[in-house]
Amino acid sequence: MSQMIDFRVDPASYRHWKVEYSGPVAILSMDVDENGGLFEGYELKLNSYDLGVDIELNDVVQRMRFEHPEVKVVVMRSGKDNVFCAGANIRMLGGAAHSHKVNFCKFTNETRNAFEAAEKDSGQQYIAAVKGACAGGGYELALACNHIMLTDDSTSAVGLPEVPLLAVLPGTGGLTRITDKRKMRRDLADIFCSIEEGVKGQRAKDWRLVDEVIPNSKFAETVEARAQEFAASSTKADVKTGIIFNPLERAVTEDAVSWSSVKVDIDRAGRKATFTLKGPDETAPVDMDAFQAQGDQAHLLRLCRDLEDAILHMRLNEMEVGLWVFRTEGDPTILAAHEALVAANSDHWLANEVRQYWKRTLKRLDVTSRSLVAFVEHGSCFVGVLAEILFSVDRTYMMDGEFEDDERPLATITLTEANFGPYPMGNDLTRLQTRFLGEPELVDTARAQIGEALDAETADKMGLVTIILDDIDWDDEVRIFMEERASFSPDAMTGLEANLRFAGPETMETRIFGRLTAWQNWIFNRPNAVGKDGALQRYGTGVRGDFDLERV
Amino acid sequence: MADTLDVSYDTRIPNNVGLGQDRKVLKALEKWHPGYIDWWNKLIPQNFQDSMVYLRTAVSVDPKGWAKFDYVKMPDYRWGVLLAPKVEDRLIPCGEHMGKPAWQEVPGEYRNMLKRLIVIQGDTEPGSVEQQRFLGLTAPSLYDLRNLFQVNVEEGRHLWAMVYLLQKYFGKDGREEADDLLRRSSGSEEAPRMLGAFNEETPDWLSFFMFTYFTDRDGKMQLESLAQSGFDPLSRTCRFMITEEAHHMFVGETGVGRVVQATLDAMNKAGITDPNNIGNVRDLGVIDLPTIQKKLNLHYTLSLDLFGQEVSTNAANAFNAGIKGRYMEHRIDDDHQLGDSVYNVSNIVDGKIVTQEVPALTAVNMRLRDDYVRDAAGGVGRWNKAIKKAGIDFELVVPHEAFHRQIGVFAAIKADPQGNIITEEEWQGSVDDWLPTKDDGAFVQSLMKPCYEPGKYASWIAAPKMGIDNQPGDFEYVQLHMA
Ligand SMILES: [Fe+2]
Ligand SMILES: [Fe+2]
Repeated sequence: MSQMIDFRVDPASYRHWKVEYSGPVAILSMDVDENGGLFEGYELKLNSYDLGVDIELNDVVQRMRFEHPEVKVVVMRSGKDNVFCAGANIRMLGGAAHSHKVNFCKFTNETRNAFEAAEKDSGQQYIAAVKGACAGGGYELALACNHIMLTDDSTSAVGLPEVPLLAVLPGTGGLTRITDKRKMRRDLADIFCSIEEGVKGQRAKDWRLVDEVIPNSKFAETVEARAQEFAASSTKADVKTGIIFNPLERAVTEDAVSWSSVKVDIDRAGRKATFTLKGPDETAPVDMDAFQAQGDQAHLLRLCRDLEDAILHMRLNEMEVGLWVFRTEGDPTILAAHEALVAANSDHWLANEVRQYWKRTLKRLDVTSRSLVAFVEHGSCFVGVLAEILFSVDRTYMMDGEFEDDERPLATITLTEANFGPYPMGNDLTRLQTRFLGEPELVDTARAQIGEALDAETADKMGLVTIILDDIDWDDEVRIFMEERASFSPDAMTGLEANLRFAGPETMETRIFGRLTAWQNWIFNRPNAVGKDGALQRYGTGVRGDFDLERV
Repeated sequence: MADTLDVSYDTRIPNNVGLGQDRKVLKALEKWHPGYIDWWNKLIPQNFQDSMVYLRTAVSVDPKGWAKFDYVKMPDYRWGVLLAPKVEDRLIPCGEHMGKPAWQEVPGEYRNMLKRLIVIQGDTEPGSVEQQRFLGLTAPSLYDLRNLFQVNVEEGRHLWAMVYLLQKYFGKDGREEADDLLRRSSGSEEAPRMLGAFNEETPDWLSFFMFTYFTDRDGKMQLESLAQSGFDPLSRTCRFMITEEAHHMFVGETGVGRVVQATLDAMNKAGITDPNNIGNVRDLGVIDLPTIQKKLNLHYTLSLDLFGQEVSTNAANAFNAGIKGRYMEHRIDDDHQLGDSVYNVSNIVDGKIVTQEVPALTAVNMRLRDDYVRDAAGGVGRWNKAIKKAGIDFELVVPHEAFHRQIGVFAAIKADPQGNIITEEEWQGSVDDWLPTKDDGAFVQSLMKPCYEPGKYASWIAAPKMGIDNQPGDFEYVQLHMA
């Protein structure tokens, strides 16, 4: 799997999904092209999916927000007759490297979270219209919808057969959502997760697995009626037209990838990459109409899109680059003005979408299994939303005082309202709240400094950065840090960082990315699943997995 | 005592499984029984329910003399639970548990797989009765009417057989599945039957004969492979069902044969030698040979679809688990485990049909289909013999496996009956020559007029060579109830 995975897709070339828009309702049909797998060696039968299918879904969900703000209800259905979705393709999983499986699961989790949150964040509600077999990842797709409708044809069933069938877990949120979201009783969940064939009809409703069970002959009309009903009672403001997401331009060279506002320099020998985020040169749009007229070229939106693509690209395509360095370039006051417009108009649909997009992208960063560090250098613009990066990464180094032959404005950090609410982490706290869990008063101290350009010494005192370094020490210290980091075990780093990043309360999201994912990844490394005689490897051969019976 | 040859009538449900002593299962079956009777009563038109039909009823499972013939009203038919005699010390014949004693109880690890196989088999049994429910109204003779009903009541009994297994061995889940077998119904929008071929209607008697010849033969192959099951009650159930199934295929083979014969006789009498002179042949009140070929094409291909994907994980799992064997497993000379052996399957590569070796374990479906293709060839050969004997230059042929497929690798392409891959346009241009058209259907339908006089037959079908139970030609196989 050495080919480059590209997350940029053009709706005109979707192979697996079809979207029909009609006013406030969009019909999203999954009709996976069997021969459209991202890699060789498997066929995507029965609406099973691989990363390529999910990349398109992510694109659909994203464009739904920006290009189709008129949509209030999305009906997710199958374009095939007898199957809703059979889940992740088993042969693909069986053949994939561990790292690919993990990244695949992470991305699919992020996509499911994105459309699950669409109701709360954007007023777009997802309905799963389940007809045919809906198993494993297929049911997890439905679980992430806001409302699940199941036809009662005495055959269609929802199920999580991973354990009995494959000796792995329903790892795309399945185990978590049945208990935390659908609040299914744990003993019934225990039964549900140990039977292959799933649950159908009224029992699916009784067990809280679906919201409605509908006679088959009335299914289509009831789904349609429910969609119209939800659309009519939606509190989402009417928006006539969205903006267009034009194809994302980027240039790839041997050791750099460049977008219009982000550049990633890759140092493979040093196993590190430097992400440079560029602040705006042009002044902020005067109002949201002007912002909307700029569309996907409005700086805040463009930067977010570039950054998201950069994160995804680097995660999947540069697995050995274990350290990501974040730096910014630009005028803090201009960036602050751009951000202020969006903040002041948070009830404007597009301003809201831009903020929600940043929220999702920052969360992607939070769960990225790389060592993350930010360098606050002279000439940087860590303001508001970009300052959030400082609190997302594992460590922050800041330049202190004048550096020789460095004409750039002195390094500063500027907090804004953005650092105190609109971009919560998966644990539902802001990054600053999480950072200062033991000293909540420091959050108030920081809030009192909103709008101030904080120099290194002040930022250090306020606890906003890890280490400040002057001209004498900077080069050496950051070099040693990076070399040391590169020498540690990547596994230990992943485990360490994932544990330290998410202090505070558990939420469904942290349980999915923490508990469920960790267990799944453990199982994905155990011979009972992936050994040559394990269930996943043997799936499809007719021979069962050979289990090591010791309980660990 | 359970497991006897003779059928016990000490309960409302005839059986040879000691139901009288098995209070729990008896109770479950008695609870299910009214629903079944209700299903039956709503299904078949009332005047047939009240008619006396000359049916065979199983009184023993001894292969030498298991049935007795008598007049009975169908709702009073003694549907029962009959298992073939137990083979002492039977061993699991294949898969990873090969050689161990056959299971007399459901092995927990295979519970779901077994249940699914039984439910799918069970779902087909009432399905075909539903498809054929109105055929009595256009029966070409009392002989044929009786055969239809015989097939119907036995399919009903096959449902009973599967329901017994579900209720006896699968607890609460099994009882629910048993109820659902009555809830689904052929062609229903509400809850259709599980397999496609059982949701197509059987619109006329030629279709019925084709169905019993080709589709019941699929049933036979499935039963043959389930008869090899290491789960002994399933094996014994299926072994007895195969005995009954033979009659269904007899009805199909002789039915098509008699339709062909009537056509040949009429053509010869009128001096028509060109089988493609369709208009003139049809004017004789018989079905022209090309239309018979088209019906054959349709039913044969629908039946091939019932074998599922050529390469199948489920089939491999079932074989390896020892709960479903291959056709005539005991006569196959190999290790019965298929550890390293391979089997040839068809596939499409770069737009061409190619043969590829795959692990034999995953190709169990394909192998069963190959066995089916051979098994189905026999009757076709006999029909052709009659055509040849009549001096007509025509041959009925089974189409290539790639033709007109909905399931498996060929579903993705279009092929002509010879197996050449063609374009969608070419398909559209010729499909009317290969599959029955609306007009063909309307013509056949126009011939479907009842003929209820003892010893008489509709114009388009010849009399049988022999009566059922050696009854004379004018025997009144059904004493019709006239309302
Ligand atoms: Fe049958
Ligand atoms: Fe049959």
